[in-house]
Amino acid sequence: MSGAPRTAIRGMLPPVLFGAAFVALWEAAVKVFDLKPYFLPPPSGIWLEFRENIQLIWEATQVSGMNALIGLLIGTLLGVAMSFLLARSRILDQLVTPLAIALNAVPIFVLVSVFNNMFSITSEVPRRLMVTLVVYFIVLVNVAKGLTQVDLTQLDLLRSYAAGDGAILRKLRVPNAVPYLFTALKIAAPASVITAFVSEYFGGSQNGLGSRIVSNIAISKNATAWAYVLGACVLGLTFYLVSVVFEGVATPGGVSSRDRDAS
Amino acid sequence: MKAVEVRGLARVFNAGRPNAVDALVGIDLEIESGSFVSLIGPSGCGKSTLLRLIANLLEPSAGEVLVNGKTALRARLDQDYGMAFQQAGLFDWRSVVKNVELPLELKGWDKLKRRQRATEMLDLVKLSEFAGHLPWQLSGGMQQRVAIARALAAHPPLLLMDEPFGALDEMTREHMQGELLRICGETSTTVVFVTHSIPEAVYLSTRVVVMSRRPGRITDEIDVDLGTTRSEETREADAFFKKITEVREALRSDDLPGRGITDIRDIEGR
Repeated sequence: MSGAPRTAIRGMLPPVLFGAAFVALWEAAVKVFDLKPYFLPPPSGIWLEFRENIQLIWEATQVSGMNALIGLLIGTLLGVAMSFLLARSRILDQLVTPLAIALNAVPIFVLVSVFNNMFSITSEVPRRLMVTLVVYFIVLVNVAKGLTQVDLTQLDLLRSYAAGDGAILRKLRVPNAVPYLFTALKIAAPASVITAFVSEYFGGSQNGLGSRIVSNIAISKNATAWAYVLGACVLGLTFYLVSVVFEGVATPGGVSSRDRDAS
Repeated sequence: MKAVEVRGLARVFNAGRPNAVDALVGIDLEIESGSFVSLIGPSGCGKSTLLRLIANLLEPSAGEVLVNGKTALRARLDQDYGMAFQQAGLFDWRSVVKNVELPLELKGWDKLKRRQRATEMLDLVKLSEFAGHLPWQLSGGMQQRVAIARALAAHPPLLLMDEPFGALDEMTREHMQGELLRICGETSTTVVFVTHSIPEAVYLSTRVVVMSRRPGRITDEIDVDLGTTRSEETREADAFFKKITEVREALRSDDLPGRGITDIRDIEGR
């Protein structure tokens, strides 16, 4: 029984050691080459700023995190709803899906300046709208795939049981799409955080992690800016890890993915 | 009573287009209740198409199909038949017992009755102890047994099987053939069985229907009189080998004279 945690630790050890070595090398490089703080602050200096500003960083994290979370939730709901419509209508599918795939490949978050123009300068709506849009297309494309790309043998079986479209949806399409939804969330969760940060670079309130990074760099407080970057990394990782945990709960032991690989 | 009656059946794929293919032409076939009929022939002879037409998973281009005296559509809606394919097609998010319950769920049976019947069926295929397992935890042969249990769960009078043992190794395959005969004997189910293995067709069937391609049609029907109870000894009996030879020659005679030559011409013409 102790085998699994032990291999997990053994698997994590090399990247942790590598990360530690990288930080040590960074610290050493700053000392040895006498790099100026405005060029590259040492990790120890960033950590000092991080602890000193922890309250401010936490507040900024809440703002960015809330924007990401709201966008993630609404985008997921809309994406799932739309994918059901696409699965129902072939014409709609042929119209929307190629567009959705194309939009997934371009950095649509640049639209945020357009959205900023539409709402008041202190509004969080443009940022949330941007996150929603990014998440929406990721979820839409993946869940629609899960609903339509079903096993043909299973489809024949259900038809042989006289199952109608509704029963086929409930018994086959929806369960088949569940792993696709969690795959989408694993992509969308970090993407929502990234979009929330980057949206802040395009103006609006100076309250989130992204805008704090920009404003601190503008007044040459590089170490402080890096401290906010650290906060951003933590937030992004948190979103990702939560999505991984959700996937583990919904598909215990990764059963579905294992079976799909085998067949 | 006839379990299946097929009259003047034809099916054209891509009808009306330049790439139209006559998958089946002029098929007449009668299958008695309680018999075990194999459809055998080379790839592309339309044997799976014929099975899918009987199952009403495809619509005929001409002719008619009656299952238990009803139209194929009515028979499908009444769940008068069970079906098994080359892929077991188990739902990997459902446990073994819940897979067997699936056709009963769609028939609207209540939970208790469903579980009771599914447990009986797993008993029949000797997989009771795996009821709570998930499909990927089972071997290919075991998955196929679950698929058979599922096909028979609603006690349909007819079982339609499309190369169900095609993906299994020879040992498992022979074991499964014996199991299938035992199960169908116990449940007195009529079986229509698509295969391209001659020994498999002969061992299982009371009648072997030989088909040929381009266009797909029935060229011969061979009764197999090896008795109703067949065992491993049957596989070594002289009568068994004689039947295998007979079916093989029926398949070959169709390929050699006229048709073989037209095939060669086709190739040379290119």
